[in-house]
Formats: sequence, structure tokens, C-alpha cells
Amino acid sequence: MEIIASILTLSGLGILFGVGLALAARKFCVVVDPRIEKIFAELPGANCGACGMPGCMGFAEGLIHGSCSVERCTVSSEEAGKKIAGILGVEFKKRAKDVAVLHCHGGSKRVKDRFIYKGTKDCRSASLVMGGPKACVYGCIGYGTCVDVCPFGAITMNEEGLPVVDEDKCTACGKCVAACPKGLFSLVPADKAFAVRCKSLDMGKAVMEACSVGCIACRKCEKACPVSAIKIVNNLAVIDYNICDNRGECFKVCPVKTIACKEDKIWRSRDGSADKAKSVP
Amino acid sequence: MDFKIFLTVIISMVFINNFILSKFLGLCPFLGVSRNIKPAMSMGMAVIFVMTLSGIITWLAYRFILIPFHITYLRTITFILVIAAFVQFVEMVILKKSPALYRALGIYLPLITTNCAVLGVTVLNIDNFFVSGKPAQLSFLLSVTQSLFAGIGFTLALLLMSGIRERLQVNDAPRCFEGIPIAFMVAALMSLAFMGFSGFRF
Repeated sequence: MEIIASILTLSGLGILFGVGLALAARKFCVVVDPRIEKIFAELPGANCGACGMPGCMGFAEGLIHGSCSVERCTVSSEEAGKKIAGILGVEFKKRAKDVAVLHCHGGSKRVKDRFIYKGTKDCRSASLVMGGPKACVYGCIGYGTCVDVCPFGAITMNEEGLPVVDEDKCTACGKCVAACPKGLFSLVPADKAFAVRCKSLDMGKAVMEACSVGCIACRKCEKACPVSAIKIVNNLAVIDYNICDNRGECFKVCPVKTIACKEDKIWRSRDGSADKAKSVP
Repeated sequence: MDFKIFLTVIISMVFINNFILSKFLGLCPFLGVSRNIKPAMSMGMAVIFVMTLSGIITWLAYRFILIPFHITYLRTITFILVIAAFVQFVEMVILKKSPALYRALGIYLPLITTNCAVLGVTVLNIDNFFVSGKPAQLSFLLSVTQSLFAGIGFTLALLLMSGIRERLQVNDAPRCFEGIPIAFMVAALMSLAFMGFSGFRF
């Protein structure tokens, strides 16, 4: 008798809940656009937020609702972009690939420390203490905050304590640009081969005291550039990449070797030193 | 007199018999969702919500289904069934009626349907507030109070832990302790601290 009661009660409850949930699912169903799942499957899924939406799912929803365009995802590959555009029934406009470039070449070899910093090994906290321990307050502190924030593992620290960007892995999501307390990264079109690797706004003499490769604002590059793409702004040479067409005159004339040239996706100084990632043992 | 009983239940659930730190129930979310304060808070809210509702619904199921049919030994399986089905239902309703609330609690609700802390509080309600198969005085209200404050105690422990772990992340722990091992040690120390509350007498 007892066993029958227990079987009946439990199976009764089970059936009741099953039917109840089935009915509730019918009544409370929310219509979800099936394209959202399809688009989400094509997105990288890193939730980096470079598109300005809350993660990849938010971006997929935004695409459906028309609040953003496919090109906004700088991270996904061209094929993925085309597929998503196909799902949406729109045309995919090709975009130029950007890469993150570090605008500092100081490192532990060329810039001395002003004091011994013993706090948390993080650039953001180190820069709060009198602008960081480096003699140049504009330069790279070298604790690798950019390495930590890069969701794609594209940044590594080299022997000189400077981050090196792996161009094949970099997707121009802009996380490092936002994270660096010195603002040393910028997104540069991948086909541009020259970059000023300094951010110091100090006068030439002060720069030279702190660092051997800092921009001293001598204006030689400004005079040498045939298309006037490089300008001295606030004691610092800045290249306008909308004008620059890779002539390389600035690279040849720079007396302090601040301007670097990119060959085979590796930045090289005129003294021959190259930005190589630390060899993995 | 009544007030005193409620106060005892509240303090007991939040501090003395804290579900995580004294009873060691619900350790999975305690370590899994305690890396940052924000998700910990959402998880805590979801737990409070589910615990209170399960406290109500299992009390009703026990009182009006299991006792009349004399099958109280089936309470564990019945409670799991009831809680799971009910949480599923609530999830559907929230998704339909309040997308904002769903976004805040959504992913945590299915996680805790069969969480041991939720089942634990319902079983504890039955053990404490039923005397030889009959509901004790104020049994229902006490059950609801106990469930609610068990959830609040859970949230308190989760928030404390996530606050500590957020700070731990930027500190230099010995390499072999980084991550989960140091979290376990912190949990042990917190648990010891909470054991101190068991000296309270009412």
C-alpha cells in the first residue's frame, strides 16, 4: 500500500510539473531571432568590447537591431565578417587591418630608474607613485599591464622590459591602448612601416638626460618628409598616418634613432636592434 | 517571546550557522563565483531569491503532500523535483516579464536549482519546525525567515570572500599558492573566524 502511494505521488508530481512547465513554456515563450545564435557562432567570443557593445552576444543583438555594423568588430577575420554579412543580407566593406604599436623604445637598457619601486608589479599602480620609477615619466614602466589585458596573447615582454606586439595575433581591439597608464600604444594601419617610438613631451636636453633614444624635437624629420606627414607637436614628432606613404625619409635623418622601420612585421631601429620577443625555451 | 525566536533564527542563520562557513554547504559557488564582487552580488541575490521561494514551496509540499500520504522518507527526491521545477518556472516568467531582472539573475538561476545549500535549508526547515510529523507553532513563518536569512548569510560570506579575493589578485602570493589554493586558505581562516560566533548563547 505504502509503495503504491509513494509511486503515485511522485509520478503524479512529475507529470504535474512536466505538463505545467510545458504549458508555461508555451505561454511565456520569448521569440529569439535565430540569426543571433548563428552570428554569435561566427564572432570570436573574446568579449573584448572593442566594438563598443557589451560582449559578443551584445554585438550580435546590436547587428540584428541595426544599432551597429559588421565592420565594428575589428577582431573577427575577413571570412567571418563576410559570413556574418551574408546572414544579415548586407554588404561587407573591407577594412584596413590595424595593429597596436608601442611608442617607446626606452626599456631597462636605455632608461635608468629614479627610485626603487616596491609596490604591486602593475604599471597602473606604479604610475600613481610620482609617475612611476623610470627616469622618463612618459616612458614604458615595464611591468606588463598590457600583457595581462591583451585577450589574445599578442603582447610579450622582451629582455629590455618592453612589450612586443605580435602582429599576427594582434586584432586591434584597443585593450592595451586603454590600459597603458602612459598611453604608449596606438592603433596604426598594418601597412605603415614607420613609427615614432617616443611619447616624451620634454625639451630636448631633458629627454637626452633621461633616455638615449627619445625624441629631442630637432625638426629634421619634419624638414625631410616630402609629403609633410610628420610634424613636431609639443616637442614630439608625430606621424599623420592619413598622409604618410612609407617614404622613410624621417627614418634616415633621425639623429637619435627614435623613428623605427618595420620589416617582416618586426620593428627595427637604425642601429640594427630589432624588437624581438623573448625566445621561448 | 515570538520576536525572540525569530531573532534567534536570524542571527543563527547569518552568523552562527552560516551556510558556507559553518555548515560547509554551497562551497561550489563560494569558490566559483567569488572572483569579483559584482557577480558575487548577483549570485547572492539569486540565492536569496531561490532559497526563500524554495523554503515556502517545500514547506507546502511537505505539509500537504508528503505528510497526508505518509511518505515523508521521500522528502529529498520530492524537494529536488519541486525546487527544480519551480525555479524553471520562475526563470521563464522572469524572462518574459522582466528582461532586466533576468539579465541580473539569469545565468545564476539554473546553476542553483539543485545546489546543496538550497536543498540544505529546506531539509533544515523540516527538521527544525516539524515535531513528530506535525507543524510546530509558527512553523511556516519560521521556515520562511530561516530560508531568507540563510540566503542572506550565504550572500554575506560570498561578498566577504570576493572582496578579499579581489585584493588577493594584486598581491604577491607564493607561486604554488596562487589562485584556488590561497582561496581555500582564506576560506579556512574565515571559517575559523565564524566559528567564534558559536560561543553566543541566547
